Amino acid sequence: MKAAKFDYILAESVGEVVEALDKGDGEAIVIAGGQTLMPMLNMRLARPDTVIDINRIAELSGIEVSGNELLIKACTRQAEVLASPEIQARLPLLAKAIAYVGHQQTRNRGTVGGSLSHADPASEIPLAALAMDAYVSLRSATGTRQVAMADYFLGPMMTARADNEVLLSVHFPQPQGDDRVGTAFHEVSERRGDFAVVAAAAVVRLDGNGICINAALAIGGADSVPLRMRAIEDELRGGQLDSGKIEAALGGIEAALTPGNDQHASAAYRRRVAKVLAERALKDATAEAKDE
Amino acid sequence: MSKREISLTINGKAHTLAVEPRLSLSDMLRDELRLNGTHVGCEHGVCGACSILLDGVPIRSCLMLAVQADGHEITTVEGMCNEDQTPGILQEAFQDAHGMQCGYCTPGMLISAQALLEANNDPSLEEIKDAIGGNLCRCTGYTQIIESIQLAASRMREAGR
Repeated sequence: MKAAKFDYILAESVGEVVEALDKGDGEAIVIAGGQTLMPMLNMRLARPDTVIDINRIAELSGIEVSGNELLIKACTRQAEVLASPEIQARLPLLAKAIAYVGHQQTRNRGTVGGSLSHADPASEIPLAALAMDAYVSLRSATGTRQVAMADYFLGPMMTARADNEVLLSVHFPQPQGDDRVGTAFHEVSERRGDFAVVAAAAVVRLDGNGICINAALAIGGADSVPLRMRAIEDELRGGQLDSGKIEAALGGIEAALTPGNDQHASAAYRRRVAKVLAERALKDATAEAKDE
Repeated sequence: MSKREISLTINGKAHTLAVEPRLSLSDMLRDELRLNGTHVGCEHGVCGACSILLDGVPIRSCLMLAVQADGHEITTVEGMCNEDQTPGILQEAFQDAHGMQCGYCTPGMLISAQALLEANNDPSLEEIKDAIGGNLCRCTGYTQIIESIQLAASRMREAGR
């Protein structure tokens, strides 16, 4: 339960990080808050040659509004997001989701970028980001590219980020115009603050007449990656959203999920809970949108 | 890799020492500085026994490298007593209300409770449960731990703190 030996680089700039990642040739890893990497190091599930610390790079921390989007820089602490009035006002779904993330001791160190890089299929920040059509900026020695959440998650703890890239920030598009938007986040976990057994996130956008312009539904913990339920979203678009319509759209959700069995829950239980949480999230998000 | 020199303040006292990069903050406190009040339970961030205050906020010291604490201010359970080394209000309340059985989780519970009470000396039951939600007590003595925190809170309010 002690980490294997590694070289440690306290990076002063993003340039220094990508240079070290390049030199590391797949054997270098970035540490931010350490809340998921430190357990992997201690259990020797990760044995990097080099650990690159990004905690002292000021340009990697903070929340900014820029044009039509809000961006959260990679090393921003989860506790800062939880306490941020800007997030409460502009990203209500993330504000709801982050209340379920960890405990005060882990949120004080844990970062938004760390959670997105670790990509546990049951974690809350990736799920909320997926439901909100966010994208990440990734930098390597050769340049910066952007990857949409829809293309980012490849498998359990596997993402589209290459070994020589560092995650700079996550960008959330801001709702425009007079549409009424409602959001909801629900999860079942063994203990508050633990990883979700199953979680559901919903965003519902209505026009002035209450017609659904679009709906987003994302389910975590029920597959190897957080999933957008596109077929259900298609069924919800274009009509009035009442209980009957939502329940009908969710009719096939259990068959569409392929969760695993583990010590926390059976696959059958996860399917059932996913349906219940999805229904609750869509109904709550709809009610909130109508209230606006 | 060679050791790195770090300087930090622990319980009000300045320390400078050389540490291996892979050394966790919890192991540095216990093995290098002999501050054995901080307990190490799971070493992967689940149990909360190793909680300390970093610049005034609670964190898990097993999930931080010692080198990352360079320049920071740390309070361990040893730093919670009064200046004359007698137990502080919270520690005394844990004694009086039997807030411990085996004592293994106690330093972490004290740190989490201290962070809560410094921000709010009249917490609700839910707020107390949330504050210690990241600390496991395998004796399952949670009821007395909560009562101890409530007792400390009432004493702090009486003392006008």
